[in-house]
Amino acid sequence: MSFNKKHLLGIQHLTKPEILTILDTAESLKEISKREVKKVPALRGKTIINLFFEPSTRTRSSFELAAKRLSADISSFSKASSSTVKGETLKDTVLNLEAMQTDALIIRHSASGTPHFLSTFCRSHIINAGDGTHEHPTQALLDAFTIREEKGKLKGLKVIIVGDILHSRVARSNIFLLNKMGAKVVLVGPPALVPPQMARLGAQVDYNMDRAVKDADVIMMLRIQLERQQKNFFPSVREYRSLFSLTPKRFETARKNAIIMHPGPINRDVEISTQLADSLKSVILKQVENGIAIRMAVLYLLLGGKERDVTD
Amino acid sequence: MMLLIKNGHIIDPYSRLDKKSDILIKNKKIADIKENISSVDKKTIDASDKIVAPGFIDMHVHLRDPGQEHKETIETGSKAAAKGGFTSIACMPNTVPVNDNSGTTEYIVSKAKKRASVNVFPIAAVSMGQKGELLTEMADLIKSGAIAFSDDGYPVSNSQLMRRCLEYARELNTLIIEHCEDLDLSSGGVMNEGYQSYLLGLRGIPDYSETVMVARNIILAEKTNSRLHLAHLSTTGSVELIKAAKNRRLKITSEVTPHHLFLDDSLLAGYDTNLKVNPPIRTKQDNKSLIEAVRRGIIDVFATDHAPHSPDEKEVEFSEAPFGINGLETAVSLILDKLVNKNIISLNRLVEMYSCNPAKILGLENKGKIEIGADADLTIIDTEKEITVDVNAFQSKSRNNPFHNWKLKGSPVMTIVGGKIVFSSLKQNPSAE
Repeated sequence: MSFNKKHLLGIQHLTKPEILTILDTAESLKEISKREVKKVPALRGKTIINLFFEPSTRTRSSFELAAKRLSADISSFSKASSSTVKGETLKDTVLNLEAMQTDALIIRHSASGTPHFLSTFCRSHIINAGDGTHEHPTQALLDAFTIREEKGKLKGLKVIIVGDILHSRVARSNIFLLNKMGAKVVLVGPPALVPPQMARLGAQVDYNMDRAVKDADVIMMLRIQLERQQKNFFPSVREYRSLFSLTPKRFETARKNAIIMHPGPINRDVEISTQLADSLKSVILKQVENGIAIRMAVLYLLLGGKERDVTD
Repeated sequence: MMLLIKNGHIIDPYSRLDKKSDILIKNKKIADIKENISSVDKKTIDASDKIVAPGFIDMHVHLRDPGQEHKETIETGSKAAAKGGFTSIACMPNTVPVNDNSGTTEYIVSKAKKRASVNVFPIAAVSMGQKGELLTEMADLIKSGAIAFSDDGYPVSNSQLMRRCLEYARELNTLIIEHCEDLDLSSGGVMNEGYQSYLLGLRGIPDYSETVMVARNIILAEKTNSRLHLAHLSTTGSVELIKAAKNRRLKITSEVTPHHLFLDDSLLAGYDTNLKVNPPIRTKQDNKSLIEAVRRGIIDVFATDHAPHSPDEKEVEFSEAPFGINGLETAVSLILDKLVNKNIISLNRLVEMYSCNPAKILGLENKGKIEIGADADLTIIDTEKEITVDVNAFQSKSRNNPFHNWKLKGSPVMTIVGGKIVFSSLKQNPSAE
């Protein structure tokens, strides 16, 4: 297994073999979380800092646990307790943290391109945990991992992504990844949130949910943010729900073994009906579980873990 | 002392000069233009194989003085201008405080007199505090030295105010310069909207955010029968509207920057904040339309929109970085290399757009031409000189220029302001007569 990238900035610049390497590594590491002692010494002595400039429950805890299960030392830093509120620039903050001899920095930031910016002056490995409305590579990787686990493949599947595509880093990373792996992606939502030119990213665009959901193998619902309504991206939640929500009636027209995904947090009965979110067709919690394996794989591959340290 | 420029090739579309000649300068004015002027008792410059043009005028710069002297000062900005081949610059009013009062205008004029290497002409604000609410006292500002009016950086969003300022400026025979942008359409955007902004996840500024305001402004200028100059055009749509306006003989003029001519949004893939500018760099198609508009005389002026920002302001997250490109020291070489030396435009057209037209638009009667009695402002160019842009060698206080390391052919080599050499990279043979 070879993985020569220094950073994980996004899916866009990963090759198909690199993606497969991450997925396969995650598959072999997943079992560690099921052991009674959920820990291997693979990254012992490595120092990682979680830099979260946006609130996050899932991703932040997931990276923390992934690092700990590989025995790395990880410390988390969130905006509330940071020095950025004192007017320090991000560059200064990061250089100060790096002076503590970090091996990797995991960054979540509301500004697109921030991990790229860090990679221009940091010595540590940079891992993008979500940058603005750009990319969220580990989310796309865990989604692909989950689809592969459920469907046995990615190639040839029809995956529809529904919601606020314009502002979604999850959608972008998924479009890039699914394209590279040969799946067919359809983007669905109101026109202002799915500009026609987004098709050029590698997807079809459809403004009709009823039509798009037909024969779908995977239905990926995105959280719809209520503040978008105030900017007239769509007129009301009520109308959004009637046009785009995943309801049992719509779901019936999808392919027989179709699965329902959501990166969370979900708005119950807005973009997805509670009944479906909690149904057996939903793999939402499996996505969260797989997130740990994917993040372990990413840390392991970037930080050069030794294979003998993960086997019993 | 008299200054003699010998053997240069003079290019001045205003006076229809395109020939080898000597120029004699006396008392800050051009005293004679003819061949074989005797060099006895005169300081002599050998301009053989060089182009001698009327001094270049950049009608769109930000000098940051007063108030943001860590970015630039009147002294450093004018030195950058001199090195870039400019003999005159007009500075925008978005200083701190805003140049919306005669005190600030007088400060700029008097500091320029003491410290500037080139002529500095203040542009005052259209509205108090550039807030788009109340008109400034234009007559008073003109008396103090304001050469034109603009809320640059911001558009005059309120159409009624725009109409009123055009009417008022018309009777004062002064110029309004407008930054065309519909702020609601561009709200929060940081780059051109389109495929690249979707790819990078950066909020987009649609090209029509500029175009709709160009359309509005043309209509208002027509209805008020006023002159109007449109700043830093960036879109194909704007060019089409201006072409139509010119065909209808409206008094609309416009400018374009080198970065909007030669850079496109695909370059933003690395999130380089030195490419963050407003209006944003657009698409290759827009580059093409703008170059064609330059060639066909639809756009009148090259301007830099020189917008210095300190490194720590630019070394931040892309969305946090200020807009602006530091352009004075690369502008002339870029046009020489990309347009003149590639035979897209003539040297005559370059001189027209860098000198004659801005002088005419700003009403600088003794500038923008080489004739006896005109101000002795001259720009000497070597079209063959090869340079590599190095921001660390800038005279400007700031470094935010995206052309760093570009290799360009053609460069200003001497700048003369009022008969005084303010910049020279010419090797002069001291033993020359």
